[in-house]
Amino acid sequence: MNTLAALRSALRALAANTLRSILTMLGIIIGVAAVISMIAVGQGATNRVKEQMKGLGTNLMLVFPGTITQGGARLGAQSGQALTEDDALAIALEVPEVQVAAPVSRTGAQLVAGNANWSTSIFGTSNDYLEARDWALESGRGFEAAEMAGSAKVAIIGQTTARELFGEADPLEQVIRVKKVPVTIVGVLAKKGQNANGQDQDDVLMVPIGTYRNRIQGGSGGKARRIGSITVKVKEGQSMKAAEDNIKDLLRQRFRIQPGADDSFTIRNLTEILQAEQASGQVMTLLLAAVAGISLIIGGIGIMNIMLVSVTERTREIGLRMAVGARGRDILAQFLIEAVTLSVIGGAIGVVIGAVATWAIGQFAGWQVSMTWGSILLAAGFSGFVGVFFGFYPARRASRLLPIQALRYE
Amino acid sequence: MAPVSETPLLIEAKDLTKVYTMGDQTVHALRGVSLDVVQGDFVAIMGASGSGKSTLMNILGCLDLPSGGAYRLGAEPVESMTSDQLASIRNRRIGFVFQQFNLLPRTSALENVELPMVYAGVPGAARRIRAMAALEQVGLKERQQHTPSELSGGQQQRVAIARALVNQPSLILADEPTGALDTQTSEDIMRLLTVLNRSGLTVVLVTHENDIAQWARRKIVFRDGAIVQDQESCSFARWAQVESASRLGTPDAPDAPMASPQAATMP
Repeated sequence: MNTLAALRSALRALAANTLRSILTMLGIIIGVAAVISMIAVGQGATNRVKEQMKGLGTNLMLVFPGTITQGGARLGAQSGQALTEDDALAIALEVPEVQVAAPVSRTGAQLVAGNANWSTSIFGTSNDYLEARDWALESGRGFEAAEMAGSAKVAIIGQTTARELFGEADPLEQVIRVKKVPVTIVGVLAKKGQNANGQDQDDVLMVPIGTYRNRIQGGSGGKARRIGSITVKVKEGQSMKAAEDNIKDLLRQRFRIQPGADDSFTIRNLTEILQAEQASGQVMTLLLAAVAGISLIIGGIGIMNIMLVSVTERTREIGLRMAVGARGRDILAQFLIEAVTLSVIGGAIGVVIGAVATWAIGQFAGWQVSMTWGSILLAAGFSGFVGVFFGFYPARRASRLLPIQALRYE
Repeated sequence: MAPVSETPLLIEAKDLTKVYTMGDQTVHALRGVSLDVVQGDFVAIMGASGSGKSTLMNILGCLDLPSGGAYRLGAEPVESMTSDQLASIRNRRIGFVFQQFNLLPRTSALENVELPMVYAGVPGAARRIRAMAALEQVGLKERQQHTPSELSGGQQQRVAIARALVNQPSLILADEPTGALDTQTSEDIMRLLTVLNRSGLTVVLVTHENDIAQWARRKIVFRDGAIVQDQESCSFARWAQVESASRLGTPDAPDAPMASPQAATMP
């Protein structure tokens, strides 16, 4: 029996019970649509974390003054031991795993350029910070050693800040005023986009850490050379854990913390946090797909149920086909093709509905979604497999009927 | 009229037995039935229900295997065949006509007739041509696109006969072919079967109506799983009727060389 004839008779058999066929397919339709849209949602979440990791830079650690507890009351971040530029230098020099350790201080300030003004984050830091964050310059240059040492009035500007202050004009060599201090823009940062918290990372202005401390922050800085935090980049291939332990030991030593006493600083492994987030995103994708997959299996059971009913209903037809020369495997193929046709048509409809649902989730819920050919093929392939798997038993039952009993069946 | 020795035997059955076990009861449906049928014969098998005639029919139709004995159909030993081989021999050598027609619902007459060729592996175009020829042979050329529900009982049975013919079998097995039809239609169907028989086909018919059995050349009566009567039928009036109706005009002896199937179109 050729496949085309089998397919035509399968379609006719399904069309004979249109409502029943549609209801049977519904399980597969929902299952496939669920698999596709759930994978798209999970994949979208994972991709978002991936993008954040790319934006953050790899192998990053953040050291900042920790919380201290006084009489049971925790005093909040920044209340602990102050970090200094020297701590950053010590980390860079003494911890072998560390590639760079950049001191960072930041504050918010109003910028004025000509008649435009803009409020943004001012970073006091060094070129190391750009290296740590894998942050390239779009034009201009970084800070020169002399500028770092001499607290020169220079700045590197982020894309958003540049646009707000200068529009389309080239910001290089322009002078802007930061809290009344005129600084010359020597470099423009490449676009970085949003960070993990949805903040615009390009809304920024960077100045040498000395310039920040002496000219912009003003007042207390003085000799202590206090800084807000230290951004540490660990060398490629080195253990983050080892680096973290070494930094901790070094700082405990520098701060003369007694053994057993709490750290007066906090080290946050940013990459690890994001990796954990990514891993949990992948687990979520898997879970969503598994739940959706279960509905596909339930759809398959629906197909099996209906095929068994169909075999019983059409026992005489099976007998007749056998009488005119159908072999067991012809009958097997016929009912298998019917089950697979049911599940594949359901799968195709499910793919369309899944794609629409994915689009709608992205559009109306505003979630990042990512529909891949892989997930479509997976769902379509799985639905075909479900048809074969759950169609096999009823088809085999049909093929094993005895012709005389099937012909006489009432 | 005894079978002429030179006429090849189509059916050779020797000592067929069939035993069913139903629960703790053993039913002897056939108790040693021997039966030879020559090619081109027209045999009616009669008997009450439960007499074993249906069991014999199933075995002759290669739908079932005997418990004991030997059965050769066209020199092929059937009793030792696998179910695939049985399917093949049914497909090639036997055309079935059933009381309830057994047409596929929602399927055109043409496609119903094509069905045996589908399993014979005949390509689509050839199937169509042969199915149309078979429908023409039973006088339903105009109805080829009609589904069974759009056809009368007699027409459905004629479609079934076309289906039985289409693989050019050597044996037509008709199981109460007129059981669901009125008298006039029954006569039409029997006339058609007779014409087909005259064109060379061997016809074996199961019936419990004497009127219908009169159309056959040979009548076999069953009782309790055994043949109790086997005789030539003598109603030649029927034959004359058929011959004038089909305008063959050739005064052939019933088992003489047959007219071509094309000539056997229904009036």
